[in-house]
Amino acid sequence: MIRIQDQLTFTLRSVLRQRFRTTMQLLAMAIGVLAVVLLTGIGEGGRRFVMAEFASLGNDVLIMLPGRKETTGGLPPLTGEGTRDITLEDANSLSRMTGIISIAPIVAGTARLATSGISRESMIIGTSETFFTIRDLTLQQGQWFTTRKGTRSRAECVIGARLRDTLYGPAKALGQWMNVADYRCRITGVLADTGTGFGFDMGDALMLPVDNAMQIFNTEGLFRVMIQIRDPDNAPAMTTRIEQQMQLRHDGQLDVTIITPDSLLSAFNSVLMIMTFGVTGIAAISLLVAGVLIMNMTLIGVAQRRAEIGLLKALGASSMEVRRLFITEATLLAGAGALVGMLIAEAALWGLRLKFPEVPFTAPLWASASAITLSALAGLLFSWIPAQKAASLQPVIALQNQGGK
Amino acid sequence: MTESIRVRGVHRRFHLGDQIVHALNDIHLDIAQGEYLSVMGPSGSGKSTLLNMLGLLDVPDEGEYWLAGRDTVPMTEEARASYRRDHIGFVFQSYHLIPRLSARENMELPMMLAGIAPAERRKRLAPVIERLGLDKRVDHKPEQLSGGQRQRVAIGRAIIMQAPLLLADEPTGNLDTHSGADVVGLLEELNAQGTTLIVVTHDQSLGNRAARRLRMVDGSIVSDERSGESA
Repeated sequence: MIRIQDQLTFTLRSVLRQRFRTTMQLLAMAIGVLAVVLLTGIGEGGRRFVMAEFASLGNDVLIMLPGRKETTGGLPPLTGEGTRDITLEDANSLSRMTGIISIAPIVAGTARLATSGISRESMIIGTSETFFTIRDLTLQQGQWFTTRKGTRSRAECVIGARLRDTLYGPAKALGQWMNVADYRCRITGVLADTGTGFGFDMGDALMLPVDNAMQIFNTEGLFRVMIQIRDPDNAPAMTTRIEQQMQLRHDGQLDVTIITPDSLLSAFNSVLMIMTFGVTGIAAISLLVAGVLIMNMTLIGVAQRRAEIGLLKALGASSMEVRRLFITEATLLAGAGALVGMLIAEAALWGLRLKFPEVPFTAPLWASASAITLSALAGLLFSWIPAQKAASLQPVIALQNQGGK
Repeated sequence: MTESIRVRGVHRRFHLGDQIVHALNDIHLDIAQGEYLSVMGPSGSGKSTLLNMLGLLDVPDEGEYWLAGRDTVPMTEEARASYRRDHIGFVFQSYHLIPRLSARENMELPMMLAGIAPAERRKRLAPVIERLGLDKRVDHKPEQLSGGQRQRVAIGRAIIMQAPLLLADEPTGNLDTHSGADVVGLLEELNAQGTTLIVVTHDQSLGNRAARRLRMVDGSIVSDERSGESA
């Protein structure tokens, strides 16, 4: 039996001898692995970026919405279509529960805003001042409006920075009266530009006390209730307690859905993961192509080296050893190609991270590992047929006088 | 020990299109250790097939082929490969050296395939190199060697495993008269030391040097002459 070191040396010399073939195979494999690692890295970076954006909501905030849907698997219901409204009283009753720091009821809709001749359709969020602390919003100018329980809140509102720019330009907005549909409110504050988050574009929104918003939209039901809890680790237990409370208040019917940030995150996560997998799958096709190329090259190699194979057999190499020689060669090439591809991919990802520092472009370990494994496997698999062909070659041909050296 | 090769009722047929060529037709042959045989005959007479068969490169369709006390026909391909390595040395007309390997590495090849460690290989190779007079050429690539030198390397490769049977297929076919005579001299020297030597050739004068001369026509041995006492 041939020794491993001898076989490796023998293979290496044959590989180095056929530079063109070696380069082509290395290139094909490198491109395949490069595609897989790079695309997964970009996909994974995007996913992590989006997740980080969502995580800004904080993991101590539960969201309650009317209607009941199973939230296991798939996206949670984003449109409330409950049979029974969540009233302001329901929401306030929750704020008295232990373990809940604060709640923010939300009524949302669009309405026409008008001020001194300019009017535009805009997003209206009716809520309470707790919303600002829960969402961690800051003001550029002025102060928050205040809601009052029992009596009607004052006609005050806070507007987003972009909305201020469109409606008032450089003029002073604070203290101005704003028409919201057929209701009027005085602007008490302007939001600092916190950009978008969780589906609401705060820069273009107008916020006002929840009871006033309910009047504008003529509704008794809340769109959402944000619930800030004391202990994020306790979220599942809190969810159950809130559900029980709501069931109690709704005549024994459980008709609300409570979304934990974790469930929301995992839902988005799975969507983005599927996308990453899809992209990886497409990239994996290039690995397959590289594998086919390896097969072709090995087949050509076998054809070119018929005399050598015959000779090796005449000198006492068994079919198995001949097969092993060719498979070692192909696998070695595939492995080296994969390594080159991975190095290039890592360098490219590093460059991307430099260019876009906010997005964490990194190929997950599983992608790199499976790309390497897959390419080695492709090398093995696709050299099997040619190697088999080489091994079954009749040694007789080595004896034929075919002008070899 | 007298009969190192015993061939009994061997047939070998090839399909050429829908025609069946009877390359070996009922061959019976006994060869003692240390004999010097030549096999001659026109093209297509089956002499190459006989050599392949004797060299365990080809398997008879029928019959028995006893080599060194064992019938090789029922052997597996793997067993035949290692048997080939230990018992048979080949010398080809076109040398069949591997171009990327040096003369030394070409000669070491059978030992490498046998899994012998590099140090041991060097040790065993040293006397062979000396004997072949290749001391200065041993690290050259085949393309840097003359035809005669290449054939010497090939002979070195054939004898390195100390195989008792040496099969040569037109060993001088690609050589000029001088280096041809040189190679023949070397082969005969090995024969004189006890190696069985079988030479397949078209060359009448080369064939006539052998103590025992087989003539083949259409897959059969038509004459088996011996001259004097075999060495």
